[in-house]
Amino acid sequence: MSELKRTALFDLHVELGAKMVPFAGYEMPVQYPMGVMKEHLHTRAQAGLFDVSHMGQVIIRAKSGNADDARAALESLVPVNILGLAEMRQRYGFFTNEAGGILDDLMIANRGNHLFVVVNAACKQADLAHMQAGIGESCDVEMIEGRSLLALQGPQAEVALSRLIPAVADMRFMDVAILDYDGSEAWISRSGYTGEDGFEISLPDDAALKLARALLEMDEVAPIGLGARDSLRLEGGLCLYGHDIDETTSPVEAALTWAIQKVRRRGGEREGGFPGSERILRELEEGVSRKRVGLLPEGRAPMREGTRLFADDQGAQEIGVITSGGFGPTIKAPMAMGYVSADHAAVGTRVFGDVRGKYLPATVSAMPFTPANFKR
Amino acid sequence: MKYTEEHEWLRPEGDLVVVGITEHAAESLGDLVFVELPEPGTKVAKDDEIVVIESVKAASDILAPLDGEIVEVNEAIVEDPTLVNQDPMGEAWFFKMKLDDPSQMDDLLDEAAYKALIE
Repeated sequence: MSELKRTALFDLHVELGAKMVPFAGYEMPVQYPMGVMKEHLHTRAQAGLFDVSHMGQVIIRAKSGNADDARAALESLVPVNILGLAEMRQRYGFFTNEAGGILDDLMIANRGNHLFVVVNAACKQADLAHMQAGIGESCDVEMIEGRSLLALQGPQAEVALSRLIPAVADMRFMDVAILDYDGSEAWISRSGYTGEDGFEISLPDDAALKLARALLEMDEVAPIGLGARDSLRLEGGLCLYGHDIDETTSPVEAALTWAIQKVRRRGGEREGGFPGSERILRELEEGVSRKRVGLLPEGRAPMREGTRLFADDQGAQEIGVITSGGFGPTIKAPMAMGYVSADHAAVGTRVFGDVRGKYLPATVSAMPFTPANFKR
Repeated sequence: MKYTEEHEWLRPEGDLVVVGITEHAAESLGDLVFVELPEPGTKVAKDDEIVVIESVKAASDILAPLDGEIVEVNEAIVEDPTLVNQDPMGEAWFFKMKLDDPSQMDDLLDEAAYKALIE
């Protein structure tokens, strides 16, 4: 196995007493001494600071110098309206493959004369190659090195960050800004992956470390590890790539159709034109045989990833599988998401999960499990 | 007090033994969210998987430390699994059992041997 990489904040994590684990090729903090449960609750109540520097930060520039060319080019890889994305705004999207599966999910920001995208750590080299192969002729696609990425999430995130960078208070959900922090360019978006209000901040490594230390000095802010990041995003109903979505799941099956704008659908002005469009556009009209849903187990036993789902409590009719599951500290109950056959996907449907040989009931439920708390 | 290599503690109480998990085990498991205990009256053999616990991270089994019969279980930790993180060596015991052969206790680890194991 190749050696694990470290982010610029590695020493800070160790100093804070983090338990470090391998994740997507990096040594990352899974939890701090506070523990997963308290870190989760702290983020929902105040503000949590996450090191997400392992993720890939990529800049796409049109070789022509015309920014429209870069936006049009990226539309050939994602079923998302990029040409219609306003300047200094950001949008969720995903790379699809020819079979209509999902190669990765990503955030796409229109920064005027170029695009800035953030992709998952485990996929970032493949994504870079995919972009270079797909749009490299018309665009320069550059993986940014030497910049860390922090996420500050929670209802007190604005209060905390605006003490250091006052202009962030003017940003709304999914706004993007380039602001000064201590003489460095801070690339900021008002977004995150916890279901809370918050910010994602890209800074040169030294400045990021300085910002992290300054934030952690504040009473509202605590460092949060990958453990709580996972329970937060699951309560928020958000997909984890490689678990809830992958190359075998289409965006329609994954219930991510909200991210495919009308203009890219059948009858739209720029219909199709992305990999797998035939399947995805057909599924949008005709429906799918399985769907990603939220599930609330009735008892206290969590239903983990891989738990098989049945229509009955005898294990006779298998109808799906759980792709993420655990305990929700905010809802104080187990929660899960997974795929079920379309005829069992309606909210309120009762299904049964095979937990150690017992068929335990769970109810198909709307997501997010906790109300989203964005500043729109 | 005796210990097993599976990070359980056993404390004699009259003709029963009280069984729980060690501080070290509770700490490395992380915050517990689910505990499933056996029915009182269950006959168990050493190393039977008789308790399921789940932390925020994963599920684990707890094995019967010795042969015997489960006499009483601690429903308080089923109601509130976080008790196990707060007081694993005291209030958050798991079950009481009657050993088939109390002399088997002698084969378990004493405190010094357990400490050596986890260091």
